[in-house]
Amino acid sequence: MSLANLRRLEAEAIHVLREVVATFSNPVVLYSIGKDSSVLLHLALKAFYPAKPPFPFLHVDTTWKFREMIAFRDRMARELGFNLLVHTNQDGVDQGIGPFTHGSNLHTHVMKTMALRQALENYRFDAALAGARRDEEKSRAKERMFSIRNAQHGWDPKRQRPEMWKTYNTRVGAGETMRVFPLSNWTEFDIWQYILQENIPIVPLYFAARRPVVSRDGMLIMVDDDRMPLAPGEEVMDRMVRFRTLGCYPLTGAFDSEAATVPDILREMLTVRTSERLSRLIDTDEAGAMEKKKREGYF
Amino acid sequence: MSYLQSVPPHDLAAHLADHDGKSVLRFITCGSVDDGKSTLIGRLLVDAKLIFEDQLANLGRVGTSAGANGEEVDLALLLDGLEAEREQGITIDVAYRYFATAKRKFIVADTPGHEEYTRNMVTGASTADLAVILIDSHQGILTQTRRHSYIASLLGIRHVVLAVNKFDLVEFRQSVFDAIARDYRAFAKKLGFVSIQPIPISARFGDNVISASQNTPWYKGPALLEYLETVQLDPPEAERPFRLPVQLVMRPNADFRGYAGQIASGRISVGDPVVVAKSGQHSSVKAIVTFDGNLVTAAEGEAVTLVLANEVDAARGNMLVSPAARPFVADQFQAHVIWFDASPMLPGRSYILRTETDSVSATVTTLKHRVSINSFAREAAKSLQMNEVGVCNISTQAPIVFDAYKDNRATGNFVFVDRATNATVGAGMIDFPLRRADNVHWQATDVNKAARSAMKSQRPAVLWFTGLSGSGKSTIANALDRLLHARGKHTYMLDGDNVRHGLNRDLGFTEADRVENIRRVAEVAKLMADAGLIVLVSFISPFRGERRMARELMEEGEFIEIFVDTPLEECARRDPKGLYEKALAGKIANFTGVSSPYEMPENPELHLKTVEADPTALALKIEAFLDRQMEDR
Repeated sequence: MSLANLRRLEAEAIHVLREVVATFSNPVVLYSIGKDSSVLLHLALKAFYPAKPPFPFLHVDTTWKFREMIAFRDRMARELGFNLLVHTNQDGVDQGIGPFTHGSNLHTHVMKTMALRQALENYRFDAALAGARRDEEKSRAKERMFSIRNAQHGWDPKRQRPEMWKTYNTRVGAGETMRVFPLSNWTEFDIWQYILQENIPIVPLYFAARRPVVSRDGMLIMVDDDRMPLAPGEEVMDRMVRFRTLGCYPLTGAFDSEAATVPDILREMLTVRTSERLSRLIDTDEAGAMEKKKREGYF
Repeated sequence: MSYLQSVPPHDLAAHLADHDGKSVLRFITCGSVDDGKSTLIGRLLVDAKLIFEDQLANLGRVGTSAGANGEEVDLALLLDGLEAEREQGITIDVAYRYFATAKRKFIVADTPGHEEYTRNMVTGASTADLAVILIDSHQGILTQTRRHSYIASLLGIRHVVLAVNKFDLVEFRQSVFDAIARDYRAFAKKLGFVSIQPIPISARFGDNVISASQNTPWYKGPALLEYLETVQLDPPEAERPFRLPVQLVMRPNADFRGYAGQIASGRISVGDPVVVAKSGQHSSVKAIVTFDGNLVTAAEGEAVTLVLANEVDAARGNMLVSPAARPFVADQFQAHVIWFDASPMLPGRSYILRTETDSVSATVTTLKHRVSINSFAREAAKSLQMNEVGVCNISTQAPIVFDAYKDNRATGNFVFVDRATNATVGAGMIDFPLRRADNVHWQATDVNKAARSAMKSQRPAVLWFTGLSGSGKSTIANALDRLLHARGKHTYMLDGDNVRHGLNRDLGFTEADRVENIRRVAEVAKLMADAGLIVLVSFISPFRGERRMARELMEEGEFIEIFVDTPLEECARRDPKGLYEKALAGKIANFTGVSSPYEMPENPELHLKTVEADPTALALKIEAFLDRQMEDR
């Protein structure tokens, strides 16, 4: 295969997107508004051209996302005209579940994992596409392109199907669903290089700017709204920071950076010494954290 | 983590272009358990400074809790990302890692050594160009070394690095290295590798991993990383014939019809002639449509949408191909099959055969032989057990399009899917079409099924009675036969015992023979239905898979499954042939309900409970059903 790297990754992802549409009756894209989701959205536009992507985009809103993310999401849906579904776990809202009051673990379980399960069941989706990559985390490095989930949405690493060539087994039984990861073989660097090459719009939080942050547990947490309680002695600082990955604002750390454009970010990445998910609190809240969450239905 | 540098480049655009254009080497590491595969990749990544600091720091933490070897960081834990893997200290599933050096990009699949997880090794091997086969220098060549080498060769890997690991434990002695390399070359001779490069290594201490080791002054060859960076891969075969498996027909509006898919081989330009493989229809390429504008030409690997000059019939599963070099279109072929499932592959059983875009019902008609992992010798076998490789003749319900696997990995492969569990149970590499598939054509007959059944004033049907031995199948079928006969219907009854006296006298009662027994009877019933008859088939037919196979042979609505439901205790009490008494005494092997399973029908057309029911009343019930059915059709 003599295609350049990005071209090869692009073709592979398009192939997987088309395979989902060809073999499932009710697929959906899990749209998290982050950079990987933005790339996936762009690839979906490519895969079905001249038609529009023949599936909706689902955002599971925990009500704790950065405000800029929500604004960006709504702008994208308006400009690109895709079918955006938003789901929030109302039970969780009624119980007042939040990251400050209940901790990252419970918050993520109720507002993300449970919410996702509710949405998949409500709409009876049989396949959920997502932008997860194998280079993010070592249990993700083990996941297939087509990852089967049982009727309870659970992931059993030992039940994964062997996945040879590009010959995917997309059959699911009653109640089972498939999670599909067309960006499996992309690295963080590939994502940024592709964003540059294709001029893909992304949330401005990825670019360095002066933002109000608090230093907490070794991370810089941005004060995105007045729900954030300050501990005694904590003070809000105005620092030039950006984000490498985006989740719920109280659970995602910023870092000091001057990188204000995509080429700046790529330059910065060439010398960075730490991994992307270091700034995600939920990956480290217990040993094997990501795998446990995935077994419960997190994607 | 593929991009660690100490200083950012001056010219970012040039750096990115260079980075993007580097060749990619996909390789796997394989070998027996504890040969150090995960450790080797961990060492490679750490020494080449391709691991992030937090991941390395985290390793210490996880490592201690998993009870790894003391102060020293256990590099395998970089790869073994699953809880069960850390608990057991083994690799269960493939981990993919991505890294780049100044010379090349790499995708490495760290595959499991355990025999139980061979399927995951095959997963990694199916897309790799090179295999790093690890050998523990203490142990030499083991069964898994042979198995993995054989599978690598079978899947089309042509280059091998023989990483003779744990070399520190044999005091870096050249004689050990030479002996292992010699043994390996001798046994691998039959496997047809283009290159074999042995390298003495200590993954634990880093000898000859990224640079030459002081401990092996006698070794003049390259270190592992140096070799991986420079090994000559096969020249790109861009001039192979054009193949586009049709994945999806795009019809956004009435004016646009495009065939979407990823080009499996060759290249295509606007104006080039193409042929629809299955029908032989000719056309030419009017446009190559993409989101970024139309292309003039596209090549292997690209995902495109082709618009053709005239209307042709090409759905998903078909292939657009070069008229000058067409693929095979056949429903019978020979293939090498690797079996993955705990329940064995049985000739005659119906599976779903999936190629990249096609999906058809298929059976193995003949298991020609099994291949011994130790000697590569051919062995006779009646079934394939988990992790075994066999050479099979396969028959599909409809023709599929393919090339020989050795000519094209993308168009020469398939997987077998179990109909009940949907699990991927086997993988196949196609060798060649069977000549009889080319030369045996359907003989078109002038007097057809409709004409024959019209003369009899009836609709043909296959009434399939299933149930335990002694449940009353034959009694009810016999009563029904009398009723139908009295009404002037043309019927025939196929009874299990009777057929076993003639057509199936060569078959026993093993699972494989039972599958073949049903296959033959289903085919006979089909011929009889074609003759216009109402066929009453009275067979235990214990497996759902075979009843489904029989159903699929018949026309829609023609197959009527009748579950004669009698509790085992009642059958045993009746015991009309005295078989239960013998079976319960252990004198009959494979007796359904006693020593062999019966899989109850899930959705039979008729479910008859025989306890306290008169056989004639039940037969009348079937007759009434049949009358309604015939009115509806």
